[in-house]
Amino acid sequence: MATESVVHTAMTLHDHLPVLQILVPFIAAPLTVFIGSRALAWPISFASSVVSLVIAWLLLMQVIDGDVISYHIGGWAPPLGIEYRVDAANAFVVFLVAAISVVVLPFAKVSVAYEVPLRDHALFYSAYLLCFSGLMGVAITGDAFNVFVFLEISSLSTYVLIAAGAGKDKRALTAAYDYLIMGTIGATFFVIGIGFLYMGTGTLNMADLAQRIAAQGGNRTIEAGFAFILVGIGLKLAFYPLHLWLPNAYTYAPSAVSAFLAATATKVAVYVLLRFCFTVFGPAFGFEVLTLQYVVLPLAVVAMFASSFVAVFQSDFKRMLAYSSIAQIGYMLLGIAFLTETGVTAAIVHLFNHGITKAALFMAVGAYVLRAGDTFYNDIAGLGRKMPWTSAAVVIGGLSLIGVPGTAGFISKWVLVQAAFEKGWWPVALLIVASSLLAVIYVWRVVEVLYLQPAREDSTATEAPLTMLVPIWVAALACIWFGIDTDTTLGAARTAAAGLLNLPGQ
Amino acid sequence: METNTAILASMIIPALACVGNMVLRRNDNLRDGMTLVAAIATFACVLTVLANEGNGTTAPMVLWTVMPGLDLAFNAEPLGLMFAIIASGLWIVTHLYGIGYMRGNHEKKHARFFACFSFAIASAMGIAFAANMFTLFLFYEALTISTYPLVAHKETPEAVKGARTYLAILIGTSIGLQLVAVIWTFALTGTLDFTKGGILAGHVEGPMVAILLALYAFGIGKAALMPFHRWLPAAMVAPTPVSALLHAVAVVKAGVFTMLKVGVYIFGIDFLAETGASEWLMWLAAFSIVCASVVALTKDNLKARLAYSTVSQLSYITLGMALATSMGALGGGMHIAMHAMGKITLFMCAGSIYVATHKTEISQMTGLGRAMPVTFIAFLIGALSIIGLPPLGGSWSKWLLILGAADTGHWVMIGVLMISSLLNIAYLLPVVAKGFFLKGEGQPQEWAEAQALVWAPPALTAFGCVVLFFFAGDIAAFLAPIAETN
Repeated sequence: MATESVVHTAMTLHDHLPVLQILVPFIAAPLTVFIGSRALAWPISFASSVVSLVIAWLLLMQVIDGDVISYHIGGWAPPLGIEYRVDAANAFVVFLVAAISVVVLPFAKVSVAYEVPLRDHALFYSAYLLCFSGLMGVAITGDAFNVFVFLEISSLSTYVLIAAGAGKDKRALTAAYDYLIMGTIGATFFVIGIGFLYMGTGTLNMADLAQRIAAQGGNRTIEAGFAFILVGIGLKLAFYPLHLWLPNAYTYAPSAVSAFLAATATKVAVYVLLRFCFTVFGPAFGFEVLTLQYVVLPLAVVAMFASSFVAVFQSDFKRMLAYSSIAQIGYMLLGIAFLTETGVTAAIVHLFNHGITKAALFMAVGAYVLRAGDTFYNDIAGLGRKMPWTSAAVVIGGLSLIGVPGTAGFISKWVLVQAAFEKGWWPVALLIVASSLLAVIYVWRVVEVLYLQPAREDSTATEAPLTMLVPIWVAALACIWFGIDTDTTLGAARTAAAGLLNLPGQ
Repeated sequence: METNTAILASMIIPALACVGNMVLRRNDNLRDGMTLVAAIATFACVLTVLANEGNGTTAPMVLWTVMPGLDLAFNAEPLGLMFAIIASGLWIVTHLYGIGYMRGNHEKKHARFFACFSFAIASAMGIAFAANMFTLFLFYEALTISTYPLVAHKETPEAVKGARTYLAILIGTSIGLQLVAVIWTFALTGTLDFTKGGILAGHVEGPMVAILLALYAFGIGKAALMPFHRWLPAAMVAPTPVSALLHAVAVVKAGVFTMLKVGVYIFGIDFLAETGASEWLMWLAAFSIVCASVVALTKDNLKARLAYSTVSQLSYITLGMALATSMGALGGGMHIAMHAMGKITLFMCAGSIYVATHKTEISQMTGLGRAMPVTFIAFLIGALSIIGLPPLGGSWSKWLLILGAADTGHWVMIGVLMISSLLNIAYLLPVVAKGFFLKGEGQPQEWAEAQALVWAPPALTAFGCVVLFFFAGDIAAFLAPIAETN
């Protein structure tokens, strides 16, 4: 099924949705620079995010029942032309990215104004839009090389966004530099892997790659390609022990950037891993199964424990969340390593649930930065009473992070443990819950600091402005909503998992 | 009122009372009055369910499907209904007592206190009426989290530390063990509905049954089975009304209630008896009973002594379930009611002594009995009920448990129950004896009963202990359906 016959006559705007998804923010990005107005940068960004979200929703509704949309860029038919291929898996990810952007941007307006020098605002929003479109592009494209291109677009703009934190703390520069080096190594590995695949098969279109690899079976070139891609994308998704760039990057980036990246960037990378592991290579390959079970699974478990353990001993809320992110990525990788429908469902649903949870928490961090200057535990001590709404949202987000029933995090944990039992790996099930007990400790440290410690005497903190509170609470309520109503998330994740594993759709 | 409406109302009313407490935080009288009305209304709703359904089991009312096979569903059945009656009925008494205690003792942050208290009751109602293990687990966690601020209420380093232990053990066991057990059950059977005769028979066999039971038994940390009992003494830093209603009734009874539910409706008594999977649990419960009583003997702090006594008494109920016989389950079920009434009396007396004299250690309480006769007589009655002497309620449940042990030929367990009674006498009666017969230091006449709102509620519940003795037959008949074996 390399190509589908597409009638090129009388295409409506509706048919162009897949490309518009990327083009809208992509064109808006230089626009903010050309206009150069600080006042207009934010409205342009927000408007293009809203448009993207609407498009993402329309696309998701088209594919949620298991259909696939194939869009040919410029009318060039694949495998020669670039194909955008929308199915339940990537429509879901694109929707997550767009939704997070729409929620985070209103929050960013105040937060960025406080944390980023005024003269850089137009450039900041331009970089933000590039990153945004890059992340969606990675998800939506059906062409392996195009994945690399979009990955670079998003990565390069991410370096800039992280460095923008230098206005507040100069260490943002070294954090960005670290990430630049590691990210570039990752990208290089990734493109070398794709080179191997091209060498072995002569094609770059993913669907085509999948067919040819299945037809010719594995060989050293393909295996080497898989290894390079795994390591390359592993760096991007902060796969333990390739995670070293992440804590500093999230800690020193402006809060709005941390919120956006934590909720989207690593999630998109997880999606790429899913796409390559299941669509391109197909789990039928022995080398892949072996890699996942003997390399990815143990490392995922180590990530869950080691990073949670480090998170327990942090004294900075923001940094603690960064380490918690690495641990949570471990859960997603674990779900993938199960290689079963339930496991992959767990990975995808956790990708979403963790995205909204971390968005809520990192935005709360931004509110504390704005009001208390920093997020070290002695800075935010006793703020539970001075900033009751922000702190209540932190409690909700924290409960979701732990996986308390009634929150989104519980749903992912449930499905993940269920997958472990289905597979008969009950020790893994015990490890999953044991590591969430570490989450109890690091979350509750913050709760105690917020509510049970006396505030600093010189603290003048007051409740965050409404423009911050509303996005924080939208995300916090989403944590509860998606813990109760799982039709959309779990439904989409199941369809996506079935699609990725080539099972009959439900 | 329809049964289902009444069930929902019994959860929504306390939840609304929680909101009301936060809204009316500046107006003490209005707020406390509103909560009292809510408590009475909740009790009325529960009684409506009783009047409508008797000891029948209603069809689950599914409110919401969270995942396929996982419903948020409620129903009425004898065990849950009894738990609901106890928790909501005693809420009225404890609320009155709480008003007297919090004001008499000049505690701070009344609004937060009563808001969390109401929410805890809403959670307890959810546990009582849960129609499946998933719903029960949801409210079980809600109960833990809503009682955390109550334990930490004083915000002293000691309270923070106690609350940390409380949360760590309760959340640790529930997420670390119970959740695993629940998901495992779901993976095995595809359902979590509480079903007469259990759902696990035929799905699991061999040593796995015992392992699954262990995950449940230790995972239900609120049942305070040793070695996961440390949270209960730690929770004693809370103001006494919390210790009285929550840590003698709602929270701990939620634990043993869950334990009974799991034994009766998830495993099934017959299945447990056939596989012998609960044999080890019986021995562990016996160990908990004796060991906690011995520890109680060594405690001079009255609330700590009562806490260990609770640990010991809770294991009676676990023992009843682990005997895997209908008489045992019945005795365990009845002990929920009997112990609740006795222990809440003791705790309220401890609080009454504290409000009047600020004494916490038993050795300081010499001679107080003559100054505070109502409190000490109530304490005596409660203590006798815990010990299990007629004509007090506690005698019947102990009697049934002994019958259950005899039924299964576990003679050692009868010995354990006897020794436990002797130990109960040894650690409870000296408090009363010291109060009445020893002369206090200083002038006893400077002490007197605190205000009526503090001493009347324990007197009322002490009277309840006597009443329960005469209605034990009705309770047994009411609970009979849970003990039916096939």
